[in-house]
Amino acid sequence: MADKIKVIIDGIPTEVAPGTSILNAARQIGGDIVPPAMCYYSKLEGSGGKCRTCLVKVSKGSEKDPRPMPKLVASCRTNVMDGMEVQNITSPEVQEARKGVVEMLLINHPLDCPICDQAGECHLQDLGYKHGAEATRYEFDRRTFERIDIGDKIQLHMNRCILCYRCVYVADQITENRVHGILGRGDHAEISTYIEKAIDNDFSGNMIDVCPVGALTDKTFRFKSRVWFTKPVEAHRDCPTCSGKVTLWYKGEEVLRVTARKDQFGEVEEFICNTCRYDKKDTKDWVIEGPRKVSRQSVINSNHYEQMQPLPVVKKNLALQAANKEEFERTTKL
Amino acid sequence: MESLSGRKKVLEQKPMNFWERMYLPAIFRGMAITFMHMFKKKETIYYPEKEREFSENWRGMHSLKRDEQGRERCTACGLCALSCPAEAITMIAAEREKGEEHLYREEKYAAVYEINMLRCIFCGLCEEACPKEAIYLDGPIVPADYLRKDFIYGKDKLVEQPITELEALKAAQD
Repeated sequence: MADKIKVIIDGIPTEVAPGTSILNAARQIGGDIVPPAMCYYSKLEGSGGKCRTCLVKVSKGSEKDPRPMPKLVASCRTNVMDGMEVQNITSPEVQEARKGVVEMLLINHPLDCPICDQAGECHLQDLGYKHGAEATRYEFDRRTFERIDIGDKIQLHMNRCILCYRCVYVADQITENRVHGILGRGDHAEISTYIEKAIDNDFSGNMIDVCPVGALTDKTFRFKSRVWFTKPVEAHRDCPTCSGKVTLWYKGEEVLRVTARKDQFGEVEEFICNTCRYDKKDTKDWVIEGPRKVSRQSVINSNHYEQMQPLPVVKKNLALQAANKEEFERTTKL
Repeated sequence: MESLSGRKKVLEQKPMNFWERMYLPAIFRGMAITFMHMFKKKETIYYPEKEREFSENWRGMHSLKRDEQGRERCTACGLCALSCPAEAITMIAAEREKGEEHLYREEKYAAVYEINMLRCIFCGLCEEACPKEAIYLDGPIVPADYLRKDFIYGKDKLVEQPITELEALKAAQD
């Protein structure tokens, strides 16, 4: 089993250990060809296979059986075979399917990004921006819930949840005695705790970090600032319960929020304890390592405009529209 | 020396003749032009008593809008401040309490919203960035003032008057 097997993803060959999923093989290559994942979390056993955003096309099953797979497969749950050929961004079929998945995920999402504290670092926002349609076709009432306090530190907005189950796995695998879970089935499924029982485990705060959307947010950071007005700084401290390696989010001199460090796929590197997360919001508690590296494309780093909105005057006047035609075409998002 | 652009005109200075040396005809011609202007239409507009008509895309003072029910539209999302190239906008968000639903449209609202009119360049990017159609630069010219601190406009100056108050004002005027 030690032999590495060959797999080609979007024309890029790589060698991975047998039993690796297509998603992880793509992550080994890195770059644009990595399928997005909303529910899969490499640190959580059994996660994945729920959101379908990581769909890819397998155009060649393996060296022994070169037939393509009949349908698009979820790359987080499909293991690679020797000689497998996978298409992600090179396949228009995959892109189309992903657009459909995003539309599906957004059906019950309230799209309250201007209010949501996750905006700016939300995976669903990124996904919707990249793959989503501009308007919704959904005409019915979205399902709505009252927001729930899970303990005094975590706020649950069930409206925004996409039922990725990550937080449930966190509670199952990192903490003992999970008290929250998914209630109901199908359309009625919701994350909740019975009689709003508070989660008071030492590592419960990690639910906030693993949540890909703004369903679980830090109550101590609630509405304090938008993410892009805060400055992320890497820091560590001697913590008896966890690794103590965190990102501090500064606004001026003040630490507004403490989160675990996230890697390039938005996954937490090391889970941190609640003491680090909620109680140590002072610079003197930490050893500062330096500013966190933020991608150039991130909103945290830049003011970025891609589309030009025509002025009201231009909208009414055909001559002005014609005059600005080239400018509009240049700024239209691809 | 030869002009490189070729646009230079060299004036020839000739000695003046008798009439030119008298100067009087030139003076009368000049006075006639000055006199004619007295009967022309005046271009001056006496601002602030009278206001010039603004163009359709005129950008003046900001106003924070209210919705049909008179609730503040702004939800303190910070996109205006992010888009502002002059860094003129700051805000502090707050959570809407129970019972304040008639005041604020969304769960979150701007408790403090300040625009520094000295920094503002009236580019209108905040208007474009706003996802809630809450800010518009549809006001008048920002008035002059004496102190720098008086140019930092808070919510008291920016937020639109509630519809009920406006109607009361109109009734009082009539």
